[in-house]
Amino acid sequence: MKMKSLILGLSALALAPVAGAETIAFTGATVWTGGSNGVIENGTVIVTDDQISAVGVGIPVPAGATVVDAEGKWVTPGIIAPFSRVGIVEVAAEDSTDDTSASRSRFTVALDTSRAFNPSASSVDVTRIEGITRVVVAPSASSSIFAGQGFVADTSGDLVGSITKDGAFQYMELGESGANRAGGSREAAWRFVDGALLDARTFPARYMTHELGDSLNRADADAFRPVVRGDMPLVIRANRASDLLEVVRFQYENPTVDVVVLGATEGWLVADHLAEVGIPVIIDPFDNLPASFEQLAATMKNAERLIAAGVPTAFAHLGDDGHQARLVLQVAGNAVANGVSHDDAIAAITSVPAEIFGLEDLGTLEVGKTADVVVWDGDPLEVMSSVDAIYIAGEEQSLESRQTRLRDRYLSLYTSEQPLAYGDR
Amino acid sequence: MQNMKTLLLSAGAAVALAACGAGDPSETSDSERVSIDPNPFPSTYEPYPSEPTLIQNATVFDGLGGVIEGGDVLMVDGKISAIGEDLTAPEGAVIIDGEGRWVTPGIIDVHSHLGVYPSPSVSSHQDGNEVSAPVTAEVWVEHSLWPQDPGFTRALAGGVTSLQLLPGSANLFGGRGVTIKNVPARTAQGMKFPDAPYSLKMACGENPKRVYGYGGGGFPGGAPFSRMGNVAGYRTAWAQAVEYKRAWEKYEEEGGTPPARNLELDTLKGVLDGDIRVNMHCYRADEMAQIIDMSKEFGYEVTTFHHAVESYKIADLLAEEGICSAMWADWWGFKMEAYDGIRENIPMVHNAGACAIVHSDSEVGIQRLNQEAAKALADGRRVGIEVSEAEAWTWLSANPAKSLGIFDQTGSLEPGKNADVVMWDADPFSVYAQAELVYVDGALMFDAANPEDNPVMDFELGQPGEGDVK
Repeated sequence: MKMKSLILGLSALALAPVAGAETIAFTGATVWTGGSNGVIENGTVIVTDDQISAVGVGIPVPAGATVVDAEGKWVTPGIIAPFSRVGIVEVAAEDSTDDTSASRSRFTVALDTSRAFNPSASSVDVTRIEGITRVVVAPSASSSIFAGQGFVADTSGDLVGSITKDGAFQYMELGESGANRAGGSREAAWRFVDGALLDARTFPARYMTHELGDSLNRADADAFRPVVRGDMPLVIRANRASDLLEVVRFQYENPTVDVVVLGATEGWLVADHLAEVGIPVIIDPFDNLPASFEQLAATMKNAERLIAAGVPTAFAHLGDDGHQARLVLQVAGNAVANGVSHDDAIAAITSVPAEIFGLEDLGTLEVGKTADVVVWDGDPLEVMSSVDAIYIAGEEQSLESRQTRLRDRYLSLYTSEQPLAYGDR
Repeated sequence: MQNMKTLLLSAGAAVALAACGAGDPSETSDSERVSIDPNPFPSTYEPYPSEPTLIQNATVFDGLGGVIEGGDVLMVDGKISAIGEDLTAPEGAVIIDGEGRWVTPGIIDVHSHLGVYPSPSVSSHQDGNEVSAPVTAEVWVEHSLWPQDPGFTRALAGGVTSLQLLPGSANLFGGRGVTIKNVPARTAQGMKFPDAPYSLKMACGENPKRVYGYGGGGFPGGAPFSRMGNVAGYRTAWAQAVEYKRAWEKYEEEGGTPPARNLELDTLKGVLDGDIRVNMHCYRADEMAQIIDMSKEFGYEVTTFHHAVESYKIADLLAEEGICSAMWADWWGFKMEAYDGIRENIPMVHNAGACAIVHSDSEVGIQRLNQEAAKALADGRRVGIEVSEAEAWTWLSANPAKSLGIFDQTGSLEPGKNADVVMWDADPFSVYAQAELVYVDGALMFDAANPEDNPVMDFELGQPGEGDVK
């Protein structure tokens, strides 16, 4: 694999035009476009600089283009992990490396998690080399039902310019978790939401005389205003069917708020209601256990039923989301095994999350879109498939991570001449 | 406190023995000597009724590394009767067309907490770890087993036919594990795998020192506070176990007053006697090497290192010592000792000639261990480790069965073994494959085509989603 990318790199060097636009042509592939072209056999994708410039069959390769022969391979848009903690925690059990939550902070809604993003975190490379080019990153709730603002980043690992979108959403928890954080009950959590809405809507008037509003302090109320206006999506974690109906009611009563539901384990029971008000969901298709009393109706059919009802549905892997966001492909494959169409499953980790988070330039292979492109050696959802090449905004990415370096070091355990620490550097 | 008590008991026993030595020898005749019942909670499991069943014309992984294309598997009286080509069905046998299907031995998970950390994961259900002391070899995980955990049915749908339940890893010695059949029952005894050896759960590294050294709100909390404290804690307990074993042996030979019964040391003595298998949670390679030396110091063997995230660093040593590694395909980074996890751990261990096992430690992961094996297989191949799918299946059935000491009964499709069999609707190394039929001892326990015939645990009765596709 390393050899192959080296060769690709060399040929790119040889064929690159001396000046002007850099052009890459992916040829002969099964192309999942995510657009009106659907899935194209023997397709060509042309990338010019950082954008997709052509997609189709029999498209001539421009002179001077770097050709990536993808015959027998799949080409897809870069995968988007729709909910993760990639890049904000290095080792989950080491507090010093964990910026996912801030239980002792005065602030909640106003926390801008993008300021904690570390493009050099080992999870960034580990995630990228599985074909994920963008990660949606959320803070974790701690002292309040509100966790703060999440962001979207690319997985290039570039220190400068990796943030795709900061303030991409506000994250909040309801259900059992929200009840606990709000003082002990679901009704307390909703009352806190009502207070926050009022604090934001009346901002800054009430803060002329008071530091605290009904629910939020001055900074948090200010930060909640774009949510109330609908300029920043509000991602709400909720699972129980009755909680989801309360979210639907909240959406009716507050039509400007751009509500997204995370979890929705019992979503299939109220799928029609979610669809009617246009609330998209981000689910983990692995959720099939009554893990809590708010998930009793969990089923492997949740994804299929939500999609059938017309609910825009994205797939995330919500277990150890700081390190295993890469498993979105496996969860999508399992959704297919449980009735979701292959096309909907790939959409659930590309175009649907792009739509949910307003990433208009990402999520499909269509002309004018940002050139996040992944070449796979087979069906991308298959657990035995792997990535041959990754491009983020038209730039080829390394397929190395700290894990591949460890692997390469220990492939041979021969230590008779020198310690392994001296080899493979 | 506990150590103090043990010491006092030992001292008392020594005094009593000395006194007895001078007493009437007739009261210690062989027939009157007390002994410890090794199996006071015996299995009541019995195979469910089965019909002679012939699966025809499938791709059959025999579990030993072999594959038969267009193969047949015949199950009679709960046992594998034959595997091969063009087998003849006995009169009245159920015949199943296996065209386009795969047949494998049932998956065996050597690391599960189902039933002891069950769903729903509410506070009243946290029965998997007796965190109260660093050495709790006296607890038996089967005494926490809630047979109504809905997780068992999800694992069954994933093709898991047997599993080992282990106590958690807070303690240096967490207690006894138990091997069970994945068949719903009213009691824990009804699930126990008949005559499977007992196991002892031990733990290396971060968990014991975090829980005891930093636990309890004080600083320092108590021993162990460090990895060296961990090792001192194990060795102290093993040293006591050696004394305890010696006392019993002396009593068995010479009579007198029997040693005072000590449940903790019963378990450790069982290990020293070779009757109880050591399963040790250990992530780091350097710690595994220390544990191996310690096991030699006290004269026992480690059967399997669990999690074993760094086994790839000492795969040669593990091969030499004949110790299995029970591993995830790709978990990493959630704690410092998991930081060096790599996706090729399983195939690299296998490639070194060591025993590789895919385990779950998860009520989610246990549902698709075949996919975990598939990921590991593919990752290995990409670095030139060529393993066939049929051979990789040894990570899921044969090696786990060997680790648990039940390979003479299950773990491969050899005639005479228990008919623990899964038929998959596609190549089980595909993400799209699902278990279609799952047999335990020849009895059909899961049938994907007939959800109404599949188990629904008590907890799920009358609840939303009862009987749904899980």
